Amino acid sequence: MIYLAAAVVMVPIAKRLGLGSVLGYLVAGVVIGPAGLKFIGMEGQDIMHFAEFGVVMMLFVIGLELEPSRLWRMRKSIAGLGGLQVGVTTVLVAGIAMLFGLNWKEALALGMIIAMSSTAIVMQTLNEKGWLKTIAGQSSFAVLLFQDLAIIPMLALFPLLADHSGVTEGHSGGGSLVSALPAWQQTIVVLLSVSAIVLTGKYLLRPVFRMMARTALREMFTATALLLVVGIAVLMTSVGLSPALGAFVAGVVLANSEYRHELESSIDPFKGLLLGLFFISVGSSIDFSLVTSKPLLIIGLVGGLMLLKMVILFVLGKIFEVRNAQNFIFSIGLSQIGEFAFVLLSFSVQQGVLGKEVSDTMTAVVAISMAMTPLAMMVNEKFILTRFCLVSAGLQTAQRPSDVEEQDNPVIIAGYGHFGNIVGRFLRANGVEATVLDNDSDNVDFLRRMGLKVYYGDATRYELLDIAGAGRAQMIIIAISDEEKRLELIETVKKHFPNLHMLVRSTNRNDAYDLMNAGMMHIYRETFDTSLRLGVDALKLLGHRAHEATRMAKTFFVHDERTLKHLSSIRNDDEYIHAAREHMEELEMIMQADREAVHLNALAGWDRKAEAEAV
Amino acid sequence: MSKVLIQFAHPTHSKSNVQKTLEKYARTVKGVTFNDLYEHYPDLFIDVKREQQLLEKHDIIIFQHPFYWYSSPPILKQWQDLVLEYNWAYGPKGHALKGKKIFNALSCGGGRDAYTPSGYNRFSVGQYLLPFNQTAYLCRMDYLPPFVVHETYTIEDYVLKACGEQYAELLDALVNDRIDPAELAGLEYLNELFPH
Repeated sequence: MIYLAAAVVMVPIAKRLGLGSVLGYLVAGVVIGPAGLKFIGMEGQDIMHFAEFGVVMMLFVIGLELEPSRLWRMRKSIAGLGGLQVGVTTVLVAGIAMLFGLNWKEALALGMIIAMSSTAIVMQTLNEKGWLKTIAGQSSFAVLLFQDLAIIPMLALFPLLADHSGVTEGHSGGGSLVSALPAWQQTIVVLLSVSAIVLTGKYLLRPVFRMMARTALREMFTATALLLVVGIAVLMTSVGLSPALGAFVAGVVLANSEYRHELESSIDPFKGLLLGLFFISVGSSIDFSLVTSKPLLIIGLVGGLMLLKMVILFVLGKIFEVRNAQNFIFSIGLSQIGEFAFVLLSFSVQQGVLGKEVSDTMTAVVAISMAMTPLAMMVNEKFILTRFCLVSAGLQTAQRPSDVEEQDNPVIIAGYGHFGNIVGRFLRANGVEATVLDNDSDNVDFLRRMGLKVYYGDATRYELLDIAGAGRAQMIIIAISDEEKRLELIETVKKHFPNLHMLVRSTNRNDAYDLMNAGMMHIYRETFDTSLRLGVDALKLLGHRAHEATRMAKTFFVHDERTLKHLSSIRNDDEYIHAAREHMEELEMIMQADREAVHLNALAGWDRKAEAEAV
Repeated sequence: MSKVLIQFAHPTHSKSNVQKTLEKYARTVKGVTFNDLYEHYPDLFIDVKREQQLLEKHDIIIFQHPFYWYSSPPILKQWQDLVLEYNWAYGPKGHALKGKKIFNALSCGGGRDAYTPSGYNRFSVGQYLLPFNQTAYLCRMDYLPPFVVHETYTIEDYVLKACGEQYAELLDALVNDRIDPAELAGLEYLNELFPH
């Protein structure tokens, strides 16, 4: 309960501060942990084992999303970018560790551990910012994926690295059935159990799911999905393997099955909650006594390792042609050490690869570096990215002192995707220049090279609007695709730039209602006109006269806009349905009337006989 | 007091000179409603109800437009086709417009002599306007002679200004009922009521 309460309190605060939910969970963990209010003591460690289940589920879901064909398409960036990142980081970190006097086995294990980034944090953050589809997002995903895959050989490799004196260190890994076996046999067991999962997933699970689906009970499906993941976890633990890995493999095996989405949606809530719990326990497990006893060492390690990872990623990004601004997102985003490190660390202690002291220190370092990531991302976004884009804007103005750049544009377009760019192109074709705001830095780069005045960033932020000249422009065209962002932007404009006309894109009827409630006068449903044009063509193909069909469509358009306004004012359940039915009847009458009117008027001037008949 | 409604039709308003000047003067006269048809119905999709209500509320209707191919721009024809409904504007029960006055206020490129039997346009402006005249008759309205500005391509600024003032005077006189129907007999253009 404490965990949930902490999350409920902290996550919205973190979100409000623009820090993302991950940091919220982490801070919540710190606050309730032994270092903070002491609501929970060291049992945080136990919770963490429980919550690691969230990571297991996340990997299962990630696996589900990875069809083999998609893996194949991304092979170049996965193998190249990801492989190099893991390889180079491992080697460099191992080298440095050896300089500090660790033996090569420990150093190599450390290197591999540190090469990992946090899938949970990075994917969550990228998703929240809407960056998944950008180059940075795709590259990050590729690297994370390779790391996920790299766990398999790593877990298999660790027993081989073990110093055999360490195995008997009397650790809690005693549940493992195979820990008594020699290293090479363990490796074989690992490979065998992985193939067992693949085979089961491929041949056994489908019929089971089909059966479950036939019961038509949603809970049964959820239960089966949970059972599957738990079962895999237990199996994997009993052979001394990471349950996360097993779940991932099972996910990939099931990615092609028709139950994929069903599975995903049943696992998703559990995943989210457990992941949150996981982050909280990471936060609470930060051993502040260790940090305070060796502050310089810990801080130095965190800073040094993050910087090192960042530089490696940045260089690799350059090689793989990730452009500058995107490269910052990419390299800073992945600079932390990920949750797999915990798994690997505890595993390596079990296997006796690493000593307890090293592992404890590293646990703190990993946790802190994870906590730093959302902060680093925020700093990156607020300062580096905006500066970067501003500086290059400044350079361009200096190079080409054109008057277009100097004078303020009368129009601001927020969001230059497929909707915004048509508006922008049309205005430009008629000699109206617009200032563009977009949060895809590749798009921004490109538009800038085309000579447009473009600013990178989140258009809902006051500072950006101000820089873009919202105080002097006549109107802002809100063409971003995200409905909530649009409402946020509207609020910002209302508050700070009340004189700016707002022309707003809307997704559909319901969204249009929300926009009307927000006081918008100019609302454009994005598929409305197109659907009607299609309707006109359909009528034409059915033999209607083109002009009459066009007029019918226009009648429909005018009527529907009016209905929309009316319905938005009486939007509550029963009344709404009743009114909607009435409006359908009204519409029918109007369209009927229009058909007759057009007919009559078309003849009226020419044919007095028809007129007489009409009376 | 009469209420005057100007039904204005100009598809390329931003490039006009004479019509814009006339509009400027017309908008200064109190009691005149200026209805810019192309601005309201850019795709010629006319709101019939709105137009009929406007007509019902006014006593004098003016079609103000450039004289394109001896007639009006197309939106005015569309307007007539759609708005002047059977049994509303005409027909056995069509009395909505009965007794209202109507005329055209035109700008044309040719000079006044061109619109004479020996000129290159051969017929008078009034003859070209016969369809409007007859439409008004069928709708039981009084059709008045047109107000015309000639030679729009070569017109001098001071002449144009004088025409604008003349138009404003005419509108003002119409609003305040200062025009005696007897004066209109035999008049070719309304301009002649206010010689400069």
